[in-house]
Amino acid sequence: MSTPTTSFSREAAAALSRSKNEPAWLVAWREEAGEWASTLELPQPEKTPIQRWTLDVQGAHRPGAAVAAKADLPATITAQLPEQDVDALIVQHNSSVVYTRLSDELKAKGVVLTSLEEAARSHEELVRAHLMTAYARDEHKLSAQHAALWNGGVFLYVPRGVVIEEPIQAILFADDAEATFVPHILVVADANSQVTFVEHTFSELGENPSATLLHNAAVEVFAKPGASVRYASVHHLDSTAIDVTYRRAILDKDARIEWIVGELHDGNTLVDTKSILKGNGSTSDAKIISVGTGSQRMSITTRAVHYGLSSESDMITRAVMKNEATAIINGITKIEKGATKANGQQTEKVLMLSPKARGDANPILLIDEDDVKAGHAASVGQVNAEQVYYLMSRGISREEAERLIIHGFLDPVVSEIPVEGVREQLQRILERKLG
Amino acid sequence: MSSLFEIRGLRSAIEGKEILKGLDLKIDGGQVHAIMGPNGTGKSTLASSIMGHPKYEVTDGEVLLEGADVLEMGVDERALAGLFLAMQYPSEITGVTNADFLRSAINARRGEGNEISLIKFVRLMEGKMKELEMNPEFMHRYLNEGFSGGEKKRNEILQMMMLDPKLVILDEIDSGLDIDALKIVAAGVNAMRSSERSFLIITHYQRLLNYIKPDFVHVMMQGRIVKSGGPELAERLEAEGYDWVKEELGIVDETVGQA
Repeated sequence: MSTPTTSFSREAAAALSRSKNEPAWLVAWREEAGEWASTLELPQPEKTPIQRWTLDVQGAHRPGAAVAAKADLPATITAQLPEQDVDALIVQHNSSVVYTRLSDELKAKGVVLTSLEEAARSHEELVRAHLMTAYARDEHKLSAQHAALWNGGVFLYVPRGVVIEEPIQAILFADDAEATFVPHILVVADANSQVTFVEHTFSELGENPSATLLHNAAVEVFAKPGASVRYASVHHLDSTAIDVTYRRAILDKDARIEWIVGELHDGNTLVDTKSILKGNGSTSDAKIISVGTGSQRMSITTRAVHYGLSSESDMITRAVMKNEATAIINGITKIEKGATKANGQQTEKVLMLSPKARGDANPILLIDEDDVKAGHAASVGQVNAEQVYYLMSRGISREEAERLIIHGFLDPVVSEIPVEGVREQLQRILERKLG
Repeated sequence: MSSLFEIRGLRSAIEGKEILKGLDLKIDGGQVHAIMGPNGTGKSTLASSIMGHPKYEVTDGEVLLEGADVLEMGVDERALAGLFLAMQYPSEITGVTNADFLRSAINARRGEGNEISLIKFVRLMEGKMKELEMNPEFMHRYLNEGFSGGEKKRNEILQMMMLDPKLVILDEIDSGLDIDALKIVAAGVNAMRSSERSFLIITHYQRLLNYIKPDFVHVMMQGRIVKSGGPELAERLEAEGYDWVKEELGIVDETVGQA
């Protein structure tokens, strides 16, 4: 077992990759990224000084114990799962994937669900054609670090025309603060396919972990012509951990992505969720909620970039801010020249529950084409006194009235989470965070 | 015998401007009183001040429900004591369903450990919604969000029916209602009439009073009740307007607190 180290380089990346017996192309690919990781600059999210965060963390390769049966997973994980078997489930524990299940029915249809490490061998062509093409290895220091270090991970391929009714579930879990926990989720939805993917990322590191866990994750979704992908995600790590997550979707003609995201991490958070509407008639719908507690700092950015004619995007972010938490919420709608009849809408709403909390909503429209529609709305405010009065006038106490309004504020996203178990889990997290 | 509800010398201001200028009113159990008056005479201020809207500051007077001064109570306590105000402009609240809201309101009355069972609640709500000819879907819709004006008013009456208050104030419940909806709402109110419950109906038009027969009618001007009578007063107001009242009392401008 290697020890955590903060020095990172081309050699370290290659050595790690070789030690895991990765194919030669991947060793070289990681080596290159390792080089960039030592030379590139950090990203510069608006008003969030991430250079002060502990981001120069490599961690150690600490694979979880692979299991053959769901029941043999760590209890913390099984507690999150429904009792009956689901059609498709994949679990990462610390640095590796420890369990994968895909029903025979889905296998027979040609659906692939494996760890990304496995896919790099078994589906080299598909992986190489897509991996970090939406989120470039050399975008910045964190993307390069991610490329050099990603482990475990998920590869989902849905063949042309295949419609999967039941959601595909992924659990990404860390309980070792010294582990390298850098999952990459790659979803390729071929033409006219439909799939719902539900990912739950969480940690249990205990009171005083020996290291800062850096969850430096990435999600890439490729929706081919006419494909439709619903991607739901709930993130909830310990306050001592840092959550860096870049999500990207590239949409071909008439393809659709729906992002349903709960950013409920307790510590510092840097997330960036971007839909690239490349194809004509493609659509993107992003719904994101967050609750800021303690003294955590969050940078939450949602983007839509329109290239396709008549492409449409909608982004909604709602955040509740408590204690001394800070959130910088950016919505960026970009309509490129030539994307005629595109329509980009966005709304950011922040509910402030404490005078020491801070929530900035920054709606940005960048329009390079005339024949388009675009709109934004942003608000930052306290619990509406008129609403509290209305509820109280029916005998509901002030405390309960505020609780109803605050939970209600987040409900438009909570109620959209496609898996009941994950939705209930989310509600429990909200009860605790809002408590 | 003490009244069920009594207002004594009520003065109330909004943003430092006095609107109610010493209002007195006494309502006995089972009675229906109507307050009429032109716009801007303080009718809605009266309703909001009784309920305890945070924007209104009561500067003097008493409001007694069964002898207890509700002005000493918080808004929720007033409701638990038996006050109900059907509002002219009910709030829309995203994410809180009509059912969740009403269940919380009922449970606030029943207290911890004595909550209404879900099945019993659903049956009760469905039954009342049927009486008001409301679409059952409205049970799970967010509170008042996207409701039409008429739907909001019906939803207010639904709440009244489920919360079983002692004194009901209807603030312009007839505005925005077509005649069929008005009849349904009036039937709902009439079904609730009993010797233990009283009503204070604030309205602009006498139309509503064709369906809910008041025992007393009061005219409000300049933040006070200036004239009281029986149902015939409402009919005369409908036929002749308010000018004769102003003339009789020597009032030039009936409004109050207007810029």
